[in-house]
Amino acid sequence: MAQAGASAAASPRGRLGYYFPTLAIAVGVILAWEILVLAFDIQQFLLPKPSAIFSEFMHQVSLWLAPGERSILFESSGATFWEAFGGFIIGCGGGVLVALITSRWTIVSEATMPFAIAANSVPIIAFAPIMNNWFGITNPASKMAIVAIIVFFPTMINTVRGLTLVDASQLELMRSYAAAPRDILLKLRIPNALPYMFSAFRVASALSLIGAVVAEFFGGPRATLGVYITQEASAFDFAKAWTAIMMASIIGISFYLVVLYVERRLMPWHASLRDSG
Amino acid sequence: MADSRDIAISAQDINKIFNPGSDEEVVALQDINLEIEAGEFISLIGPSGCGKSTLMRLIGDLLQPSSGELLVNGKSPRQSRLDRDYGMVFQAATLYEWRSVTKNVQLPLEVMGYAGDERQQRAQAMLDMVELGAFAKHFPWQLSGGMQQRVSIARALAFDPSVLLMDEPFGALDEFTRERMNLQLLKIWNQTGKTIIFVTHSISEAVFLSNRIVVMSPRPGRITEIVDNTLPYPRDFNTRSDPAYIQLVARVRDLLRDAIGSGAANDGEAE
Ligand SMILES: Nc1ncnc2c1ncn2[C@@H]1O[C@H](COP(=O)(O)OP(=O)(O)OP(=O)(O)O)[C@@H](O)[C@H]1O
Ligand SMILES: [Mg+2]
Repeated sequence: MAQAGASAAASPRGRLGYYFPTLAIAVGVILAWEILVLAFDIQQFLLPKPSAIFSEFMHQVSLWLAPGERSILFESSGATFWEAFGGFIIGCGGGVLVALITSRWTIVSEATMPFAIAANSVPIIAFAPIMNNWFGITNPASKMAIVAIIVFFPTMINTVRGLTLVDASQLELMRSYAAAPRDILLKLRIPNALPYMFSAFRVASALSLIGAVVAEFFGGPRATLGVYITQEASAFDFAKAWTAIMMASIIGISFYLVVLYVERRLMPWHASLRDSG
Repeated sequence: MADSRDIAISAQDINKIFNPGSDEEVVALQDINLEIEAGEFISLIGPSGCGKSTLMRLIGDLLQPSSGELLVNGKSPRQSRLDRDYGMVFQAATLYEWRSVTKNVQLPLEVMGYAGDERQQRAQAMLDMVELGAFAKHFPWQLSGGMQQRVSIARALAFDPSVLLMDEPFGALDEFTRERMNLQLLKIWNQTGKTIIFVTHSISEAVFLSNRIVVMSPRPGRITEIVDNTLPYPRDFNTRSDPAYIQLVARVRDLLRDAIGSGAANDGEAE
């Protein structure tokens, strides 16, 4: 039953039981990693121990918290987060907006879809050097632009699908009420598109961080994760490089979880359907 | 009640052909002639695929006839639709899954610009009537199929349309709920004088509810007979043991058997 499933997941014990296998695997992998590095005496520049990465992380935390000190790692994380987030908002907002405008005229959306699908298969990241030329290599806008373009197409494609793939009899119902196009859009097409949009946003949340970090590999200000990783790696300070990779992962996963949370709050009907299925 | 000689629906030589000229051509309706007076309760009965839903959709202006003339309340079906004369109950409940039960019932009221508190009052009254008053805040997925269908009936009645088009509304209900819903529908009909066109596969339901029963046969979809039902209203549980009722049920059953026979003779396929 939907209700039984939902309440089991909601109770703290049920939740713990639900996530326990995942947590166990995570702990197991980290332990195995530590033991393998020790057992085979792997050089730290090949693969640092998780404990080394963690102590470097704690060192950065103490720098970050100490007055008068600065932690480049945390500054980098903040800068990269804002690039990813800005690009996400611009790209997803633009994708939804263009989808809404083109879906107003079926011919326009049908004509633009093949281009959007083609553009979606282009490795947008290859434009990073060009964006660096356009906006300036140290300007966050150059990274935001890349992120925005990367997330724009999947968002637009999915939104157009959601707006147009409406159940025929649900449309007939509106027709039988002689509903205005505005009502059909607001009360049928947009709610119908929400699940499509959020599945695009979830993909986009992961893509935006990947886009920002990889775009920074092509150059950017010192205090960004992509530049930090390349510089520490070429200086053979792998504990630092790995700590930055860990930060990027944490930001990416948190971003994804926030989108997931908003989705569930906004669409209780859909989340429940998924839980029971 | 409206003047009993007002014609609510008049169909003259209606034909409906899907995909004309192609391999998939289907003559869904052929030479349909039917006059329905305002305030009549008409049942359409016939084997699967005989065009009952198609006829409803033509009347409701969700489809256009291939030929023939159709008038609803003296207007074109389109004009009647624009005047919001139709309450439609589809074969499937077609609720909006993102809306709660009460919000689903309020949907037509929102579209038609009713004020907020009137929307709520009407929705609650309609839900009480279909015995789902306690489920107003539930979501469609939390209801059984039969309950969902009753919500869709409440939704169709909420804006008080003059013509009700109901496509197998009680098909998913158990016998007892179905009989209670039948009585409720007769009560609403008696109170409001709506014109009701009601598709059903149940002979006893058709005879119990309507004052005329349109028997149809498939391939091509045609009207084989229109049976007058003079059993007096109000009808109640006793009606079902009335010899006249039993006789009518037998008569419609015979007609239907013939209708299915003729359809089967055409292509060997029937219910
Ligand atoms: N949109 C359509 N396109 C093509 N053929 C259609 C379409 N709608 C209905 N038909 C055909 O028209 C015929 C009548 O269909 P209709 O849905 O009106 O039958 P019905 O009497 O309501 O059947 P049931 O009792 O199973 O609901 C069927 O042969 C069907 O295949
Ligand atoms: Mg049908």
